[in-house]
Amino acid sequence: MSAQTEEATAAPPAPTTGKGGAPPPRPGRTRAGRAVPYVLILPAAALLVLLGWTMVKNGLLSFQNLNRRQLIRHVTEWTGAGNYRDALGSAEFWGVTGRSVVFTAANVVLIMVLGCLIGLLLARLGTKTRLLLSLGLLLPWAMPVVAATTVFQWLFDQRYGIVNHLLDQAGWHSMAGYNWTGDQLSTFFVITVLIVWQSIPFVAINLYAATTTIPTELYEAASLDGAGTWKQFTSVTFPFLKPFFLATTFLEVIWVFKAFTQVFAINEGGPDRLTETLPVYAFTEGIGSQHFGMGAAISILTIVMLLVLTAYYLRLVLKQEEDEL
Amino acid sequence: MLGRVWPGATAVVLFVVFAFPVYWMFATALKPTPDIVSETPVWFPTSPTFEHFTKAVDADGFWTFVGNSLTVTLVAVGLSLVIALLASFAVARMRFKGRKSFILVMMMAQMAPWEVMTIAYYMIVRDADMLNSLPPLIAIYTVMVLPFTVLTLRGYVAAVPKELEESAMVDGCTRTQAFLKVIFPLLAPGLMATSLFGFITVWNEFPMVLILNKDAGSQTLPLWLTGFRTTFGDDWGATMAASSLFAVPILILFVILQRKAVGGLTSGAVKG
Repeated sequence: MSAQTEEATAAPPAPTTGKGGAPPPRPGRTRAGRAVPYVLILPAAALLVLLGWTMVKNGLLSFQNLNRRQLIRHVTEWTGAGNYRDALGSAEFWGVTGRSVVFTAANVVLIMVLGCLIGLLLARLGTKTRLLLSLGLLLPWAMPVVAATTVFQWLFDQRYGIVNHLLDQAGWHSMAGYNWTGDQLSTFFVITVLIVWQSIPFVAINLYAATTTIPTELYEAASLDGAGTWKQFTSVTFPFLKPFFLATTFLEVIWVFKAFTQVFAINEGGPDRLTETLPVYAFTEGIGSQHFGMGAAISILTIVMLLVLTAYYLRLVLKQEEDEL
Repeated sequence: MLGRVWPGATAVVLFVVFAFPVYWMFATALKPTPDIVSETPVWFPTSPTFEHFTKAVDADGFWTFVGNSLTVTLVAVGLSLVIALLASFAVARMRFKGRKSFILVMMMAQMAPWEVMTIAYYMIVRDADMLNSLPPLIAIYTVMVLPFTVLTLRGYVAAVPKELEESAMVDGCTRTQAFLKVIFPLLAPGLMATSLFGFITVWNEFPMVLILNKDAGSQTLPLWLTGFRTTFGDDWGATMAASSLFAVPILILFVILQRKAVGGLTSGAVKG
């Protein structure tokens, strides 16, 4: 759906907006009228305060030595930057961070490349096959994550899983009783297949929806100029949909980087905590081991990393907003 | 590049790849246990049985979980829709000081990694003495789906040509009337799409309820499903039946609403 948001953002400014000029004459533009937007955003803003307060609370907790003992006795022990020093000074933290970045990159590349290819395929299918493929894409998109996770555990089950059976049948007999969650890479493989399977539909269907907004004259002109499929993509489709590609890529980066349920539910970060990504690490440290202050510090560091990852995108969007005003 | 046949053939293969896990869930849930654990896979549930579904529904407190999930989801999605509709109209149609900051904060809120902030929520809800109850969950879920709802609805509102609204106002409607009579009906697809995604988010939510509601009487279906997995272990028939029961409401909603939602994006407002 981000395609629509982007499109709206990219829409040319209305002619009435003379910068620095007199305010455009509008019916009902009184002093009371000027309060209207604030009244309209008030409930949303109030709810955001709730979120903001939690962030502040999270920040405060991250400077506390808050473990099970302090929690039960309701005592507050400030440790300054102690949690951050410990986290940033530990090889474990940096190991998990590096793992999260690689994991996110791998997933997002797969999602974007395959999702876009399928989206372009949708655009050139006949009505019937397009309907069929859309239906197939809707199913993973609609599957609740927890349900999808149990299904994938079943598909990759060591004894009766269909994946092992098919690999065995295909001649790879050593896979007959393979334990997918017994090894770091294979656990990540299952998690990746699950996440990519569930994320492609969003990209593909939105890309297809976005391509239908491209004026066909552009393609006609391009093919008159003798452009082939690839040339048409690079000279028409891609430039036209650039905002879409940017928005979707960054959304996927955010989603995959902070994905918790899939990673946690497949194997709880195992084996031997080898598949813990940052959110799961914060969870096991904070809630699991009841080092609440430390967990809060890790979550703050995660948020900072997300901000860095997406700062570029936010700047871009803000610039568009500015142009629009 | 690709001939006429290849796109179609690829589409069919892809359909199978994407649909198979969902099919396999239902198929397993319907198969008698010997078929599930047989050496050679039984591809179709030739002698379907509902015993696994009965087992799932009879499992401890299923209906309590259903009730809790429905309450939490419907209230949170409803609230966020109303609140977001107001805000998105302001943001898409009006110029005011702070508009940009509001959008920026919304975007940042959308990135908030809820899963790791559970610790702060736990502390706040514990201090308010409201652990194991639904209102904190509803409040949190409303905030959780709000940013997406606002940002998406903003696009839908902006996509409705301003002229429609203005001509209604020239015809003597007030701004509120113009909104209710002209814009609101055109937003129906957008409302459906956003409520659908809100419904999925809340129906799915797992870490927050895991931390806040330890008491089974106040838990929701995702916890029921994971607990079910632990209790029934290798009983894949029952587990897949439980997964199916959990997934079906979303799947149905999605199939009903998605076409309207996606179709509505592109059909264009002026046409009607």
